[in-house]
Amino acid sequence: MTDLATYNFAYLDEQTKRMIRRAILKAISIPGYQVPFASREMPMPYGWGTGGVQVTAAILGPKDVLKVIDQGADDTTNAVSIRAFFQKVANVAVTTKTREATIIQTRHRIPEEALTAGQTLVYQVPIPEPLRFLEPRETETRKMHALEEYGLMHVKLYEDIARNGHIATTYAYPVKVEGRYVMDPSPTPKFDNPKMHMSEALQLFGAGREKRIYAVPPYTDVVSLDFEDHPFEIQHFDKPCALCGAEQVYLDEVVLDDKGGRMFVCSDTDHCEDRREHGHAGHLLAQQEAAE
Amino acid sequence: MYVAVKGGEAAIANAHQLLADRRRGDRSLPAISIDQIVAQLGLAVDRVMAEASLYDRELAALAVRQARGDMIEAIFILRAYRTTLPRFGMSVPVDTAKMKIERRISATYKDLPGGQLLGPTFDYTHRLLDPSLLTDEPVAEPLRRTADENSMMRVSDILAGEGLIEGDGQMPEDHVPGDLTREPLEFPLNRDLRLQALARGDEGFLLALAYSTQRGYARTHPFVGEVRIGEVEVELDIPELGFAVSLGPVQVTECQMVNQFQGSAKNPPQFTRGYGLVFGQSERKAMAMSLVDRALRADEFGEDIVAPAQDEEFVISHSDNVQATGFVEHLKLPHYVDFQAELDLVRRMRAEYDARNGVEKNDTIRDAAE
Repeated sequence: MTDLATYNFAYLDEQTKRMIRRAILKAISIPGYQVPFASREMPMPYGWGTGGVQVTAAILGPKDVLKVIDQGADDTTNAVSIRAFFQKVANVAVTTKTREATIIQTRHRIPEEALTAGQTLVYQVPIPEPLRFLEPRETETRKMHALEEYGLMHVKLYEDIARNGHIATTYAYPVKVEGRYVMDPSPTPKFDNPKMHMSEALQLFGAGREKRIYAVPPYTDVVSLDFEDHPFEIQHFDKPCALCGAEQVYLDEVVLDDKGGRMFVCSDTDHCEDRREHGHAGHLLAQQEAAE
Repeated sequence: MYVAVKGGEAAIANAHQLLADRRRGDRSLPAISIDQIVAQLGLAVDRVMAEASLYDRELAALAVRQARGDMIEAIFILRAYRTTLPRFGMSVPVDTAKMKIERRISATYKDLPGGQLLGPTFDYTHRLLDPSLLTDEPVAEPLRRTADENSMMRVSDILAGEGLIEGDGQMPEDHVPGDLTREPLEFPLNRDLRLQALARGDEGFLLALAYSTQRGYARTHPFVGEVRIGEVEVELDIPELGFAVSLGPVQVTECQMVNQFQGSAKNPPQFTRGYGLVFGQSERKAMAMSLVDRALRADEFGEDIVAPAQDEEFVISHSDNVQATGFVEHLKLPHYVDFQAELDLVRRMRAEYDARNGVEKNDTIRDAAE
């Protein structure tokens, strides 16, 4: 019992890494197709990023620089935990700077700054099957993908419009990859969908509990599903970031008091800090500086 | 002034330190030892071994202690360790007829070869709190019988003699048993994989499903052919040697459920079987498993699939408590980015609704600077 905890580089044994790398290669070869893989029990719970962690562990090398974000932020507890995990088991360099990272593991956001060739974005995916809430059976949904039978999804989006006047999907908004597979972009807000299209970076998706890996290779068509008369639209915010003044970025709403006071700040903390370092200031920051 | 929440790292470290403190509890009391857990909380240890699919009492006890007695957490810890171990081979099927029996009962025969052996059971105890256990009073030594060297005939073999029960079934000669810890599951499953999934499935979930079959949701007319608990040898074929060597004994609980079957176009009227086998002593789990196993064979016997317990994808996809607890509990992770997206949509739809219904706009969102 004394030699309990001797783990390989990046935790997983080499056999497992090879198995995962094969799944990744297959996923890259068939963009948007969900490749089953023998997901392992990881030392963090299912649903907390085990898929992403396994993908990262399989592709991570000693020279990589890793960034981990959750909700766009480097300092959310789960991002901190996963980053610390890889520091511990792989002794790898970590960063919060998007442009310095070679691998970025993310939950629920794509960084605001455009990713570049050579970077890999690893998504944590809870439910990889975009058709799951329309058809709970895996045996059925696999058939639907094989036959390219996506009518059900269009009917769902149509019914949204008929009932609410809007497509009521605001995150995990389904996309079609390279004109073939309908894919779940993971629960990122639909705001981020356009960033997936023709991205220079490799995008890998890992779903640990559901045992699936899928991928969007660089320079791949990623089109959000829509209708001619109801084109796909991203969210727009009325105000810029209160701290850095950024517009056209995704904002978090922060409740300031119990009287309905709110402020909106960048969800991407690195982007926000970078802008502030370069002298940009939102109205709240400017106000505070004036007061000092 | 809003300050972005920093210091996640320190907060996590402090939380874990507090957890360690709560785990240890009152320092004036002696710490509970692994040996004590193995010896005195044996059934908790057994459950952790069964659902973690790892037979090691010391490690399971360590997990129980580390998890502060939270069974699913302990199972999770042990599984996360198990998954790092190399798989160096596959054992020869264990022969439960050769089991060193500690308990063996049958509900279908008053008496049978080998007899009814009650063993260490809660059955027939009166569930009255026992004040003598408040203190460490001496406990009398149990009575012992001399071990029976003969193997004990299984009830299914008795019925098989008359041809009234389905046989053990045959797998193709070249069939390699699946391993759900090494290959992703693909539905529909073969029975070997299904039994594997059930054997590590959550006791509570299987118990509830089994119970539902008794209350009319896929009734299977079950009888406990037998339940037996005891030690079996695990043997491994060593290709270099050309014969199997013993790796040692493990304690298992086996349940053979005997179910009535009316017969179909393909099969004559006969009894069918549901099977349960789990590590350690856990009758409840083995019995529930055998009921669910039989219910899941509906397809095989051409029975109508009308209830949850018969639905393989439903049962197997949701029987794993480590997966279930992870996904249910992940809801406490931050979701504010997605919530923001929903908030935006609901606000927009609400504004449209109010405009349609002539409600005056009530601007509750004030800017911070106001």
